[in-house]
Amino acid sequence: MSDTHAQAAQLAFVRTETIPPAPPPVAEAGIVKWLRENLFSSVGNTLLTLVSLWAIWWVLSATMPWIFNGVWNADSLRECREILDGATGACWAVIRERWTQLLFGVTYPADSYWRPTLAFVLLFVALAPVLFPKAPRNLLPFTAIYPFLAYFLVWGGSVWVPVMAAAGFVVGYLVFQRLVAQSFAMGFFGAIAAALVFWSLSGLVTPTLTAIAPVTLEAVPSRDMGGFMLNLILGTVCVSLSLPIGIALALGRQSDMPIIKWICVIFIEFIRGVPLITLLFVANVVLAYFLPPNSTFDLILRVIIMITMFASAYIAEVVRGGLAALPKGQYEAAAALGLDYPQAMRLIILPQALKISIPGIVNVAVGLFKDTTLVSVIAMFDLVGMIRGPILASTEWNGVYWELFGFAAALFFVVCYGISQYSQWLERQLQTERR
Amino acid sequence: MNRTVFLGALAAAGVTAGVAGAATLDDVKARGVLNCGVNTGLVGFAAPNAEGEWEGFDVAVCRAVAAAVLGDPSAVEFVSLTGKTRFTALASGEIDMLSRNTTWTFTRDVDLKFEFTGINYYDGQGFIVPRELGVSSATELDGASICIQTGTTTELNLADYFRKNNMEYDPVPIETNAEALQLYNEGSCDAYTTDASGLAASRATFENPGDHVILPEIISKEPLGPLVRHGDNEWGDVVRWTLNALIAAEELGITSANIDELSQGTNSPEINRILGTEGNLGEMLGLDPDWAVRAIKAGGNYGEIFARHIGESTPIGLARGLNAQWTEGGLMYAPPFR
Repeated sequence: MSDTHAQAAQLAFVRTETIPPAPPPVAEAGIVKWLRENLFSSVGNTLLTLVSLWAIWWVLSATMPWIFNGVWNADSLRECREILDGATGACWAVIRERWTQLLFGVTYPADSYWRPTLAFVLLFVALAPVLFPKAPRNLLPFTAIYPFLAYFLVWGGSVWVPVMAAAGFVVGYLVFQRLVAQSFAMGFFGAIAAALVFWSLSGLVTPTLTAIAPVTLEAVPSRDMGGFMLNLILGTVCVSLSLPIGIALALGRQSDMPIIKWICVIFIEFIRGVPLITLLFVANVVLAYFLPPNSTFDLILRVIIMITMFASAYIAEVVRGGLAALPKGQYEAAAALGLDYPQAMRLIILPQALKISIPGIVNVAVGLFKDTTLVSVIAMFDLVGMIRGPILASTEWNGVYWELFGFAAALFFVVCYGISQYSQWLERQLQTERR
Repeated sequence: MNRTVFLGALAAAGVTAGVAGAATLDDVKARGVLNCGVNTGLVGFAAPNAEGEWEGFDVAVCRAVAAAVLGDPSAVEFVSLTGKTRFTALASGEIDMLSRNTTWTFTRDVDLKFEFTGINYYDGQGFIVPRELGVSSATELDGASICIQTGTTTELNLADYFRKNNMEYDPVPIETNAEALQLYNEGSCDAYTTDASGLAASRATFENPGDHVILPEIISKEPLGPLVRHGDNEWGDVVRWTLNALIAAEELGITSANIDELSQGTNSPEINRILGTEGNLGEMLGLDPDWAVRAIKAGGNYGEIFARHIGESTPIGLARGLNAQWTEGGLMYAPPFR
């Protein structure tokens, strides 16, 4: 002890307190460190960084003036060019003048634009309890009502048509409850029969009800639907219909009953072997030959049926993949518990299989949503059809390509990116097992 | 509701083959609306405007027929059709008439069982060249490189024309009209060839339309006109003579400005017969005497319709050319109203 003191006394300097923590060297902290490590860590990386920066600058310097120097107030492409007078700039005026047509189509009555808009907003309310486990459960009845409400809002007409359609489902459900105790199949087919009978009878009652309580909106025929609204209608309806049908097809394909199995196999393989565009032509052109003249078997309905068939076949294969991925033990465990087939499927197999299938299903859904633009080739004025047909064919806007297709791309990107982000979130939520 | 329609449709599907002969005129009158097939969009010929109203040169024919039959030029349900869906829509009865820049050909008339009810536009294949090339006639195009859409009749017409005139050319094959215009504007080809009306419409979208010339030579025949189904001649007559009334009106000087005055009665017997103050032409068609008055009032006579939608005062700027009256060196020649 004293030795050390004596030694210490001979030294010129002894630090008696600890050095205060110094800030790290500039090159080892913050943005500089990040840049050094990620962008300039080697000669090769430095070169790549510089090339990328140049590429980004090159793209932005070409597009930014074009976007921000754009003309918003003009009545035609010629006027745009006069205003720009040789400078670079987009002609956004076409979007400003035609945005209602791009969203709602040519002939949807302008004073009813609030109806599809309201239906679109309510769509999120209706989807919330299905998509987000934390959303209030008491919204579920609204989800059940929503399809009929949306039909009433978008197509208009008498409120009694969707009310009766909904009532048919209620009748079917009640019958199902009655008969399901005896057997699932009996309940299922009994419910379908009851609903069909109810619907055919309600056709007689609806006119009277409309006369008594005329709750109506201006009716809009399907032919007047168009724009992005049409893409959204086709996308949401077809995806939500094809999910249950696809699951049923996947289960049918795995069934032990040969007729059901072969019907499902043939349906799936046939539909998957045919391009969607062919099915759309069948819906539009070929069916017209088999229908009596002046019959109005709605074109949108025909297209919905075709796209739904197409999407169900794909979803069936995705779900089948999920079913095949489950260990056999799960099936055997369900059987060992004494569950019958519907119970085993509902409680054990499908929850696990569907969880595995989520990425695939979302993939099909996003693809399908974008495929709805194919209806423009059968002369329906969806968003792309609106651009290719009426707008580019008007004398004012003939020749405006980038602005219109850029607008369409932006709309589709927002929706598709939203769907894919949701699916990734959902996968994280459902991640309960070892990875 | 739709279900019952579908079941009914299935039941009726077997017996529809011969229905096409039904009386379309009565159907249209009962329905109160004319179903008219038009292009999904062709500059100057058919396109909805910002308010969603269809307008254009082909659309005007639909409106004239609706005015003649139903008394209201707006009583038209426009069914937009692509090149692939137009004929089935007409054959299946989804539309009453097709007015969609359709070329009158032998097979369409005879084999597809349609009835062309006249010609409202004589089109043909033409050439566009940059003005700085200094070419003023297609016969000077020897050795030129020419943009041409593959797989079309225009390709064959071009080969025929150059062979006939003993000239060489260098074809630049492309897929679509938009792509062709891109290449042409970049100078990848000296000339671009397609239907002359299409060339004029495309030229109108160029930054400097004045720098390009459409050559006067037309190297193929593309007579465009409205058509109806075979087998309903009464309805075919209505469409044919409505179009003829528009053409005759121009020849006889009946315009939307003076028609009210003329329909009080004139010294010209033919004008009187058209406008229904003499004779009973309307009755013969199954219409009332004022049918032609309403048809002409809907959008003016043929010349007025031409001038408003595709004429020289519009951005498209088509000259009358072959579509002038026969009295002025064109081919528009309405048979006599008597």
